[in-house]
Amino acid sequence: MFQKKIGNLKKTLKRDWQYWLLLALPLTYLIIFKYYPMLGAQIAFRDYSVRDGIWGSEWVGLKYFIKFFKSYQFTRVVGNTLILSLYYQFVSNIFPIIFALIFNCVEKERLKKVVQTIVTLPHFISTVVLVGILMQILNSRTGLYGIAMEAITGEYPSDIFAKAGNFRHIYTWSGVWQNFGWSSIIYIAALSGVDTNLHEAAQIDGASRLQRVWHIDLPHITPTIVILMLMDLGKIMTVGFEKVFLLQNNLNRSTSELISTYVYEIGLVQSNYSYSTAIGLFNSVINLILVLTMNAVARRVSETSLF
Amino acid sequence: MRLKKVRKSSSDKIFLNISTVILVLAMFVVLVPLLNIVAASFSNPVAVSNGKVWIWPVDFSLSSYQNVIKYEAVWLGYRNTIFYTVVGTIMNVIVTLFCAFPISQRRFAGRKFVNKMLFITMVFSGGMIPNYLLVKQLHMLNTVWAILIPGLVTAYNVTITRSYIETNIPQELEEAARVDGCSPLQFFSKFVIPLSKPIIAVITMYYAVSHWNEYFNAFLYLINKELYPLQTFLRDILINSKLDGSMVDDPEIAAMMQAQSEALKYSVIVVATLPLMCVYPLVQKHFVKGVMVGSVKG
Repeated sequence: MFQKKIGNLKKTLKRDWQYWLLLALPLTYLIIFKYYPMLGAQIAFRDYSVRDGIWGSEWVGLKYFIKFFKSYQFTRVVGNTLILSLYYQFVSNIFPIIFALIFNCVEKERLKKVVQTIVTLPHFISTVVLVGILMQILNSRTGLYGIAMEAITGEYPSDIFAKAGNFRHIYTWSGVWQNFGWSSIIYIAALSGVDTNLHEAAQIDGASRLQRVWHIDLPHITPTIVILMLMDLGKIMTVGFEKVFLLQNNLNRSTSELISTYVYEIGLVQSNYSYSTAIGLFNSVINLILVLTMNAVARRVSETSLF
Repeated sequence: MRLKKVRKSSSDKIFLNISTVILVLAMFVVLVPLLNIVAASFSNPVAVSNGKVWIWPVDFSLSSYQNVIKYEAVWLGYRNTIFYTVVGTIMNVIVTLFCAFPISQRRFAGRKFVNKMLFITMVFSGGMIPNYLLVKQLHMLNTVWAILIPGLVTAYNVTITRSYIETNIPQELEEAARVDGCSPLQFFSKFVIPLSKPIIAVITMYYAVSHWNEYFNAFLYLINKELYPLQTFLRDILINSKLDGSMVDDPEIAAMMQAQSEALKYSVIVVATLPLMCVYPLVQKHFVKGVMVGSVKG
């Protein structure tokens, strides 16, 4: 029996070796750069020191996890992460849907083409440049925001970046500005699949365009909306690190310190590798559970799922 | 038989007009900040610092562009970014195809295993510090490899390439080719690559954009400024306001320099973003196609 298995293995290897040859490079990459760091994450359970390395440092069990749960930063960074991503996901999900529904109603094809090109453009602006643009535009003396407020109220506003309360709004609304056009592409495509017979029948029955948006167009894209929202909910504990990091300053840290920026702060600024890895690992495990749960829910409600 | 088009009621006409207006408004909301940046970059620096510029240049001036041209860091960054983008993208695309082709073939016995391996990397990762320690251990810190290698393949791009091959290159073609004595490698080079051009275009653009916009790996792994990509320099200029101007005693000249350094930011933004903005309308349809392929169940 065992020999038969070996024989089978030989046969498939003989047949498939060329596939494995192509896979040699990608699999080597995955093992070294994706799987080895997963093993490396065990330093979360050790007191990492450079001299003893990943495998030799002293085993301390859950010490760093307990330290994190007990620290005053725990509720702050977890809370900030959750509030920011719930706020962002809510707003950034609504706008593309509304935009797509309106876009679909307009019949001027050339105008639509121009509009779509322009609104999808900001998606490709890099995070660094986006934050740079924000700092110029929202500058309270020289920026568009400052001079517009001066023109309306007669005096220059206070520095918008200096108030911690503004951070979430800046993050969220700049994200909407950058991505609503891009995110609407998928809904616009789905809407082009609506059966025109439905519209004609409803028109004959006297339904207005607005009623048809509500009763025909919206139900048509509801499955897409549900799937995308569930997928987003799975990512609720992962907020794009780069933008937050770039927008962060000492004045807004009370709202802008998230799990991911805290991991960076502890690990690479304070060089406490084990503690940082423990916080990161805690976050990864929660993410994993959330993603798998949401995927299972998506599969239940609509028989489709991401994987 | 076609139904005659029902005439629009007047309330529908109003609704349509409102929709058009909202569409145009949305376009302006996106456009105005961009126009403001461009206008300020072509304005007199003093007008910019006095808050005079809306969406049209005031006192047209090219002085901030002259300053950018003299600013060596920007060009060094440009050169490095072009290098990382070209070399990095070529490597990404080749390895992605190597990975996607075998797992798209139903007769390949290891496809489930490799799929699982890819899937796990999508939902779990070692984290920032273990990655950093790995790059350090491999002696890649402060070398170009630290930028090129760690993001070699993304599971997402492999998945969309695989599903493209699965749906667009029929299994029967592979069987017929095999009967005629075509090995998997020959099938890959003679059939799969030529037939996959659309998806190759899509993943090339995805990878290229991410290289062009990438700054964080450089920030983590590079110390030597000679190797910095454009975005890392931009962070210093735009966000940390680190402009190397010598100390000046005369307050008037100091104010002038201050104004110039502010104005410089606008032209730097334009110079850094222009290539993407110019190329994008030409390749837009490929990106849109990419979204569609990506939304197909993996």
